[in-house]
Amino acid sequence: MEKIQEYIQKLAPKAQFEEGGQYPTAIVESGDLRKVAAGLKEKGFDYLMCLTGMDYKDSFGVIYHISSSKEKKTVIVLKVNTTEREEPVIPTVSDIWEIANYYEREAYDFYGIIFAGNPDMRRLFLREDWVGYPFRKDFVADDSINPIPTKVPKPDDYESVPYYTIDKDGKLVKKVKSLFENKDCIVNIGPQHPSTHGVLHLRTKLEGEIIKKIDPQFGYIHRGIEKMCESMTYPQMLYLTERLDYLCGTMNRHGLCLCIEKAAGIEVPARAQYIRTIFDELTRIASHLIGWACMCNDMGSITAFIYGMRDREKIMDIYEETAGGRLMINYYVVGGVAQDIHPNFVNRVKEFIPYMRKMIEEYHTLFTHNPIAKGRMTDSGFLTKEQAVALGVTGPSGRASGWSCDVRKIEPYAAYDKVKFDEVLHQGGGTFDRYMLRLEEIEQSLRIIEQLIDNIPEGDFRAKVPAIIKLPAGEYYQRVENARGDFSVFIKSTGDKNPYRVKFRSPCLSLVTALDPMCRDQKIADLIMISGSLDYVIPCIDR
Amino acid sequence: MLELDKLVELIQTFLSDSIGIDWLVKLIEYVLIGVGFLALYAVLALILILLERKICAYFQCRLGPTRVGPWGLLQPIADMVKILLKEIIHIDKTDKILFKVAPFIVIMGSFCTFGALQFGKGICGIDFNVGLFYMIAISSLGVVGILLAGWASNNKYTLIGAMRSGAQLVSYELSAGIALLTMVVLSGSLQLSDIIEGQAKAWYIFQAPIPALIAFVIYLIAGHAETNRGPFDLPEAESELTAGYHTEYSGIQFGFFYLAEYLNMFIIAGIATMVFLGGYQPFQINAEWAEGFNEVMAYIPTWAWFFGKVFGLILLSLWVRWTFPRLRIDQLLKLEWKILMPISLLNLLLMTVWVLIFE
Repeated sequence: MEKIQEYIQKLAPKAQFEEGGQYPTAIVESGDLRKVAAGLKEKGFDYLMCLTGMDYKDSFGVIYHISSSKEKKTVIVLKVNTTEREEPVIPTVSDIWEIANYYEREAYDFYGIIFAGNPDMRRLFLREDWVGYPFRKDFVADDSINPIPTKVPKPDDYESVPYYTIDKDGKLVKKVKSLFENKDCIVNIGPQHPSTHGVLHLRTKLEGEIIKKIDPQFGYIHRGIEKMCESMTYPQMLYLTERLDYLCGTMNRHGLCLCIEKAAGIEVPARAQYIRTIFDELTRIASHLIGWACMCNDMGSITAFIYGMRDREKIMDIYEETAGGRLMINYYVVGGVAQDIHPNFVNRVKEFIPYMRKMIEEYHTLFTHNPIAKGRMTDSGFLTKEQAVALGVTGPSGRASGWSCDVRKIEPYAAYDKVKFDEVLHQGGGTFDRYMLRLEEIEQSLRIIEQLIDNIPEGDFRAKVPAIIKLPAGEYYQRVENARGDFSVFIKSTGDKNPYRVKFRSPCLSLVTALDPMCRDQKIADLIMISGSLDYVIPCIDR
Repeated sequence: MLELDKLVELIQTFLSDSIGIDWLVKLIEYVLIGVGFLALYAVLALILILLERKICAYFQCRLGPTRVGPWGLLQPIADMVKILLKEIIHIDKTDKILFKVAPFIVIMGSFCTFGALQFGKGICGIDFNVGLFYMIAISSLGVVGILLAGWASNNKYTLIGAMRSGAQLVSYELSAGIALLTMVVLSGSLQLSDIIEGQAKAWYIFQAPIPALIAFVIYLIAGHAETNRGPFDLPEAESELTAGYHTEYSGIQFGFFYLAEYLNMFIIAGIATMVFLGGYQPFQINAEWAEGFNEVMAYIPTWAWFFGKVFGLILLSLWVRWTFPRLRIDQLLKLEWKILMPISLLNLLLMTVWVLIFE
């Protein structure tokens, strides 16, 4: 740690270091940012985990959480501030970490921070004609500024892309370029399309059946969840997390619970930890089943889809008995779980494990060994490890490219340090690797549940929690592994009962941005299959 | 016993006895036959729709339709009423005439082929000396309708669907045609009634087991591809192209595409039955000891044999459709041009040699 501090100091002599935080934190001046970023990248910090825009009222800032694909446990936080409020400018790092391109667009969208040098400064979620930047603390949410349109609005201009550069005199220059050329054949896949897995809009440039370029448009289901969180108490926020990625709701909620518990210093009883781990793994199985089923459906095999849904139904039934809900079960609360498990729970889970193992065999017979399916999956959709790291593609898709990025192993939480399981890794990075990896992960999840289900300790299922939870002032970051990858929660608290800023790192955004490099020069049919194999969920991106 | 050719004769004599004017009798007969075929076409479509929904439901551990009528029997009728009542949406910026003509061409191609099928002994719309050739020719007309639908809709999805369909049908028409040609070498006739009569003692698939079986399998694959159904449903590919060439159609216009798709399945199975499985001929064993068995088989009416075999083949096609994932366009063309096509050409040669040696 000391070494990195010295290293940063050498690159940017004016850098300051914050003490007492969760991760080593360096505050650098915006002039030094690119130098420090490039230096860190050289040292192996190739994974930009999270980029958070901030409004400190007197200044704007950006927080970078950076990690490494080799030294997985190390996380460094970089902070940059600018006091300019009219036209805040911060240099881009999108050429250093590829995914920063999209993260910076998000920060621009919410805070109006201009990233000089970023080749694409469109808004990420809001419409181009939206007035103002909603996450600024002085934003006025008045209907007269952004009225609900009563006339048919002008069609969105998807073509022109503004970008900013700094000229020789140090002045900011706005330029506009065109995304596509006039003669290009552009097909809009989505936002209403059966296979985009939500309201995603892919502007696809085609030559015959061959894809030449994909430009994803987000924001059709943007609800401003992070903004809503700023006016909520901590227990209220929990209910929004399951609306992010509805297929792994419990895991997202787990992330926020852990973050609040860590900040407030609440000790979670062992029983609750075990129950949470079992529920997380059940959710992972359910989510992977949907992923498998939808991918088969995308490839035209509807029977496989129904088989997957049938087996997921068993998990839903187990949920319903204990938690009362099926999709969004609202089961985890700060300090534990909402109620104790149902007396049938253990038996039903034990019945489910051998059943699921048998069904995976059936899936292999039905679909994996099918020559058409295998022929289509083995030769398309390759993502190298370098690309995966640069784009922050974590979870099953990252591990299929050979990147060991399982947060359950890196930063074990709940009962994950008490169980034995393998992190499934594939080296190919193709569609078939991702497909197989999901089925293999189901087996690992079953293994985890098997080890825990008989050993749920007696005791409280919930710790005593104060009626009003106030987090001490500070910044808290918590990573969990959900079914799609590294889901992180960032909370900045000022000691109030509401958070000052909440940021959810969505693993799905990376997955969608990876579509373009993966699908170039492949067929439309492949695009649908590859997006099925990435298994993204749109509400998680749009937030 | 339960043969229908007696009924046909009965009607014929009744009409000519009571009216006596030759051309008027003919006219009435034509109208009767036309109405009869239209009714059969519609009823078969209803049966096939229900059958598919039920069978695929059982493949997928579901129940299928159960609410309308006992065992969901009235479901296709309810569907049909719904489709008739639905508004036909008129879209701006389409090629109006071609857009409207396309579904008619599709259903016409399928209906004209339907008329030439031999449903039982003496029951067929038309039986002429180039029957098989006529069927191959007229059933290919459907692709024109599909191409027109895709082009006239002025939509990129439909266009891609139509182009896929064009590539697919033109390719698979070849192997299907050559597979049938192989059997023509064996039968020595293009007339369907001759082909079927030639199988009275043993079906062609048993007469020349090796080349006929190969041709049969090739025809089933190619025929399945011609019906645009999974795993060859690329022109529709609902997960890629929303609904392919008929994305923009609604109401009865869509209904025409839908009907034609189901009936094409029946027609392909019908041709396979007539050419390979003896058409309406009963199953016979050519041996002394099996006389009793042959008698029993012959007792079953010919139309029952035909429909039984056809529905058996349809069941096979449903099974394939609901099991396999969809092919990609390059795999589809590779399967045809690199595998099916060379095999069927070689098979044609094999059949010629077989006929020269054994007959």
